[in-house]
Amino acid sequence: MRISINEQLHDIPAEMTLDQLRRHKYPGADICVLNGAETKANTPLQSGDRVVFICSGHTPSTEEFNAMLKARHGVEVQQTLERSCVAIAGVGGLGSNVAIALARAGIGCLIIADQDVVELSNLQRQQYFLDQIGCPKVTAMATTLKRINPGLHLTTHHTRVDSHNLTELFASAHILVEAFDHASAKAELTQTWLQTFPERPLVAASGVAGFGAANSIITQRPFARLYVCGDGASAVEAVGSLCASRVGVAASHQAHAVVRLLLGLDPLTDTPTTKHNSPIDKTLSNTEKIDIDKKQCGG
Amino acid sequence: MQLKINGKTLEVKDGCNIEALLQQLGLKADRVAVERNRNIVMRSDFDTTVLQNNDQIEIVNFVGGG
Repeated sequence: MRISINEQLHDIPAEMTLDQLRRHKYPGADICVLNGAETKANTPLQSGDRVVFICSGHTPSTEEFNAMLKARHGVEVQQTLERSCVAIAGVGGLGSNVAIALARAGIGCLIIADQDVVELSNLQRQQYFLDQIGCPKVTAMATTLKRINPGLHLTTHHTRVDSHNLTELFASAHILVEAFDHASAKAELTQTWLQTFPERPLVAASGVAGFGAANSIITQRPFARLYVCGDGASAVEAVGSLCASRVGVAASHQAHAVVRLLLGLDPLTDTPTTKHNSPIDKTLSNTEKIDIDKKQCGG
Repeated sequence: MQLKINGKTLEVKDGCNIEALLQQLGLKADRVAVERNRNIVMRSDFDTTVLQNNDQIEIVNFVGGG
């Protein structure tokens, strides 16, 4: 009979029990999870069961993590995400959430850039910890991302991103996520990216401040390659604050727009209108050729 | 002359450039991204980009927070 063992399908003899299987496959495992629930019982196994054996204190390898992603997402989806390179400009309230979502989703290569260090006030909405205060945000985020996805190819830049270094920093990215705080920096980045790489999408955010309804945050496409997530109006200057849950909604819009773009899906709608090409499949001119070079992506 | 701004028709003076258009709309030039007939216009070109009748202009006005 066929069952799933640690996310992989296996054929095992009929009439086998959970403990027999554990002793055969994972003799060191001290925790057994059968169909989503931890159990100590030596239950007879049935076809279609999902079994997870855990050895306490053992960190799964990169290979095991990648196999889990393929089992969860399907091989084709995961191979596409694995070949993708996404840059995130700014890892504050938006960018730290986007980075974590994309690392969990199994994006192969991330480039993150930010000039700031972690401050106490950041912990109100950003994905950092008390013991990381004073640490460059990109360094703190690298630690978290590697704890989530050990196989991630990550490049960090502890620097201010502007129109002069943008092209160099993010040259190997298929998609750029704009996750800045200031409106003028958002505008400058948008112009420079779309001018320099007219074929490569930019996923920006605008109007994420305050305590307004989560449902007012949407993804729009004002230009051919520009997606903007937010309500378009709620400025931090006007409403005074940013809230973890609302910024998180906008960041998840951004991360999901990236995933859909990479998979060749329209970020705005499930209604099949025109077939979208994934930016990683696009035939680019020589100057636009993107090379996901492991060395360039941190290796 | 007439322009299409984010899908809506707007009457502007002949010879109007993007800088003047943004002023007329009450928008700050350093906080917007502008496309003219599907081509991105850099901020440094706002005051020299003279608009033509029936130009299609898309403007994204960014607000702060992130």
